[in-house]
Amino acid sequence: MSKRIAGPEIEKLIQLLARVPGLGPRSARRAALHLIKKKDQLLVPLSQAMTSAAENVRVCSRCGNVDTTDPCTVCSDPRRDPATVIVVEDVADLWALERAGALNAGYHVLGGTLSPLDGIGPDQLTIRQLVSRVAEGEIKEVVLAVNATVEGQTTAHYLTDQLSGMDVRVTRLAYGVPVGGELDYLDEGTLSAALRARTAF
Amino acid sequence: MEWRDEGIVLGTRKHGETAAIAEVMTRAHGRHLGLVHGGRSRRQRPVLQPGNKVDLVWRARVDEQLGTFQVEPLELNAAQFMESAVAVYALQTLAAHLRLLPERDPHPALYEALLAILDHLGEPAVAGELFVRFELLLLEELGVGLDLSQCAVTGSRQSLAYVSPKSGRAVSLAAGEQWKDRLLPLPNFLLLRAGEGASASAVNDGFRLTDHFLLRDVYNQRDQAEPESRASLLGALNKTLSSAEN
Repeated sequence: MSKRIAGPEIEKLIQLLARVPGLGPRSARRAALHLIKKKDQLLVPLSQAMTSAAENVRVCSRCGNVDTTDPCTVCSDPRRDPATVIVVEDVADLWALERAGALNAGYHVLGGTLSPLDGIGPDQLTIRQLVSRVAEGEIKEVVLAVNATVEGQTTAHYLTDQLSGMDVRVTRLAYGVPVGGELDYLDEGTLSAALRARTAF
Repeated sequence: MEWRDEGIVLGTRKHGETAAIAEVMTRAHGRHLGLVHGGRSRRQRPVLQPGNKVDLVWRARVDEQLGTFQVEPLELNAAQFMESAVAVYALQTLAAHLRLLPERDPHPALYEALLAILDHLGEPAVAGELFVRFELLLLEELGVGLDLSQCAVTGSRQSLAYVSPKSGRAVSLAAGEQWKDRLLPLPNFLLLRAGEGASASAVNDGFRLTDHFLLRDVYNQRDQAEPESRASLLGALNKTLSSAEN
């Protein structure tokens, strides 16, 4: 049995940090040590920020985004086009699209994709809420910004079926060559999809 | 322990931050799971998409272990499948059906049938027909196959038109006339050579036929629900076939 090298408070801190994505036990130990060394500049403010976030963070009842207000900052922004909604799998995708800043629209976070292997069906996602939002009549375009995976596209086809017959245009993101991508290094699937979706130049 | 085989990816599950557990249908080793180190990397993610044909090397210290897969792409079909509703729903339903088989139990006939469907997912008339044939073969491999070779009443091999929902045996047009409301229609394409294609109504009859026996003899027996994607697949097939017929 290995000897303990620190008190239970520090051990617990290391254990919890090790569960954060990107950190393992070794890097968690380094992070914990760094936080302890910089107690006033890092550890205390971090713990206060985490406590505050834990108390105030909530899921937006309209779009499924996480924020400290409900409706969230995105939903309550009057400068956004209420006629367009971008459907994403996860909050991380929403943040990624917001960083791109290409479309000034609202969002809808599905909370995942249809995945029978993981037991995720339509009822585990926010598909019903999306259909209700569209049924209100204000939304004229739904942009399906789901991942280019078979599960993501199955979800996209399912959503298209659910929205068929409603007065809304359903679009999806284009497939193809990423910026900076070299054709020689792309997989055959991406290349064939890019060729099929070629556009006039 | 080590073997090499080809297989079709059915799905993946996350394992830790970088690895994935891949579920594949192989030719000689049946439905098999294995850990893929770096399976969630940018290089491996496109390869581990459902529907792709891959070359697999499986290694484990003892046979009972999950083991690890070394995966190399053979045919990356997933990107093509993603564009078609028929294809994605078919992939999901095929994977759900194949999960009815015990792991590591070889079913080479089902593997061949799976390859045939994947080759024709772009042709809905053929895909619908092959899908019904796949489900009939699945029933057979699970030990509850139908007998569509001759009439259960007269023994005739001619003019077979119905299937008894009780016995799963074919019934001829003349013998079944009296009970046709209670019999299941036998789609004509099942009496022809595979790959001829089928109309929307014949595909519907085929789906109704296999649905009855899959539910009664397989899914209900295991207290499982039939995959929801099957109804979506039939809807997508109907939509495509009807618009092609009009």
